[in-house]
Amino acid sequence: MTEALSTPSRLRRYRRALWGLALLLPSVLLLGVSLGAYHIPLQDIPALLLRGEGVAYQVLVALRLPRVLGGALVGGLLALAGAALQGLFRNPLVDPGLIGVSAGAALGAAVFIVLLPGAGALETYGLPLFAFLGGLLATRLLWRLAHTPLGVQVTVLLLSGLALNALVGALIGLLTFLASEQELRSLTFWTLGGFSALTWRLLLAGLPLGLLALFLLLPLARGLNALALGEREAFHLGVDLERLKGRLVAGSALGVGVAVSLAGGIGFIGLLAPHLFRLLAGPDHRFLLPGSALLGASLTVLADLLARTLAAPSEIPVGVLTALLGGPFFLYLVLRHKREVYRA
Amino acid sequence: MLEAKGLGYRVGERWLLRGVDLNLAPGDFLAVLGPNGSGKTTLLRLLSGELSPTEGEVRLLGKPLEAYGAQGLAQKRAVLSQGREMSFPFTAYEVAFLGRLPHIAGREGPEDHARTWQALEKARAAPLAERFFLSLSGGEAMRVEVARLLAQEGEVLFLDEPTNHLDPRYALELLGLFRAMAHEGRGVVAVLHDLNLAALFADRVLVLKGGKPVAQGGPETVLEPSLLEEVYEVPFRKVGSLGRIPLLLPVPQGVLRGT
Repeated sequence: MTEALSTPSRLRRYRRALWGLALLLPSVLLLGVSLGAYHIPLQDIPALLLRGEGVAYQVLVALRLPRVLGGALVGGLLALAGAALQGLFRNPLVDPGLIGVSAGAALGAAVFIVLLPGAGALETYGLPLFAFLGGLLATRLLWRLAHTPLGVQVTVLLLSGLALNALVGALIGLLTFLASEQELRSLTFWTLGGFSALTWRLLLAGLPLGLLALFLLLPLARGLNALALGEREAFHLGVDLERLKGRLVAGSALGVGVAVSLAGGIGFIGLLAPHLFRLLAGPDHRFLLPGSALLGASLTVLADLLARTLAAPSEIPVGVLTALLGGPFFLYLVLRHKREVYRA
Repeated sequence: MLEAKGLGYRVGERWLLRGVDLNLAPGDFLAVLGPNGSGKTTLLRLLSGELSPTEGEVRLLGKPLEAYGAQGLAQKRAVLSQGREMSFPFTAYEVAFLGRLPHIAGREGPEDHARTWQALEKARAAPLAERFFLSLSGGEAMRVEVARLLAQEGEVLFLDEPTNHLDPRYALELLGLFRAMAHEGRGVVAVLHDLNLAALFADRVLVLKGGKPVAQGGPETVLEPSLLEEVYEVPFRKVGSLGRIPLLLPVPQGVLRGT
C-alpha cells in the first residue's frame, strides 16, 4: 500500500502544523528577549553574553531571559493542561481558569504564603507544590461534581467552576486579613498574575515539576483519542480508564500548579491554544498535546511582550491582554455550542 | 469461545439479571431478545467485561474475564454500543483507526493503516474517510463505527441494537456482514429488537424477561406466538415463513384497520 493511501492528508497537516509551531516558538522567544523598554538588538546578544557585564547584559540575563523563558513555560503548561482537561471532560469549552482549577491552585499558593510564612529555602519549592495540591483537589472535586452515568455534564461543570471560583476568591479574601504587609503584596500579585517577578530561582524550581507534568500527560494521547468516543467505548478499546483519569488529573493539576505558582492566574491560554491547534490541524491528541503546548508558549510570550511594550514604560497586566483576546473567543465558542446543541 | 454460568447482576436489592447460562462457539450468531428493561444491555455489558457480575462467571477463550486487562480484553473482543457521542472534529478515518488502538504498542505501523482501510472498505465506509464524523448521517456514522469494530479484529463481537436508526437496506447489509463474519469463525452476540431480523440472521436466540432467561434455542423453535405473547404481553401472529424461518407480527388487541 502506498504512503499516500495509508496516511490520509490529515496526517500531513498535523505534521506541518507541529513543525511550524516548533519553528515559531524560538522566533517568538528571540523577539521577546530583544524587544522591550530597553531594546537589545538581536545581533548584539552573542557578544553581550560573551562579555558578561554591563547594563545590557544585566537586563538580558537577570530580567529578560527568565521572564521570556518563564512565560513560555507557563503558557506551555497552561495550554497543555487545557488540552488535557478538555479531553478528560470531553468538552472543548473547558479552561483551567474557567472551571476553577487555577483558582484551586491559587488558593494552595495563598495558603502556603500566609499560613507557612518564613519557610525560607523551602519557599521556592513549597509554593508550586502547594499550588499543585490546590489544583489537584479542585480538579478531583470538579470531576466528582460534574461526572454522571451519562458522561460529564457541561452545565454542571461550568456552574461548579463558577461556584469554585467564587468560593476561592472569598477564601483568598479571608486570608488577606491574616496576611502581613509583605505577604499581602505577594497575594495581590497572585490574584492579578504576571511575569514581572520571575527569577531564575523560581523558574528552575518550577521547571522539573513542569517537565514532570509534560512527562505525565504526553503519553496519554492515544487514551484521550479513544475517550473522545465516550468512556464505555474507550474501555472497549482497551483503555484502562481509572489509570488514564488519575494521570490526567494529576498531570493537569501539576501543570496548572506550576504555572500559577510562577505567574498567578493567566486566563484563557488553556482555552485558546488547543482550539487554535484544532482549527489549524485537527483534534488528534498525539499532535494536539505537544502542539497546544508550543502554541500556548508562543501566545503567552507574545501577550507578555505586548503587555510590557504597548504602554511602555508602564506595564499592562498580561492577564488583561489574554482576557481581551480570550473573552470574545469564549463567547464565540459558546455561541457555536448553542447553535450545535439547540440548532438556534 | 464465550461461556457464562449462573450470571447475575444486582444493583442494591434489585436483580437486573439473574440465572443466565450461555455458550457461544466459533461461528455462532446469538441474538438476545426481550422487552425494554429486560436486562439485554446489562447482559451484554457483563459479557463484554464492562460490568463485573454479582454472581456467576464469564469465560472468554477459556480464561475468566477478570484475568484479562483492559487491553488484553480489547484484543479478543470488540463492542458496538448504542451511544454516539463525539465532542471533537475527528474525521471518519480517525474514528475507524481507533479500532487499531489495542494492537498498537509504541508507534503504529503501515499495516495498521492498511487494516483500517480494509475495514473501511468492508463496511462500505471508505468514501466517507475524509469526512468529519459529526457531519455523517445516522447510517453513515454506523458504517464508520462498524469499520472501527472490524479494524479491532476481535474474535467475539458484541452488538447492542446495531440496527437502530437504520433503514431496511442498511439493516440487512449490516447483519449480513456480521453473519458472514460468524461464518469465518468469529462469535457474534447481538441485542436486537426486531424479531424477524433475529430469525433471519441468528442461529440461536436467547429471550429475556424481567432479567430472567425465558427460552434459548434455534429461532424456528423459540419464536412461537404463544411464547412471545407471554414475554411481550401483546398478541403475536405468524404471518408466514421463509423456509423454516417464521415471520412474526405483533398485532393490537382491538380492531385492525381494514379488517
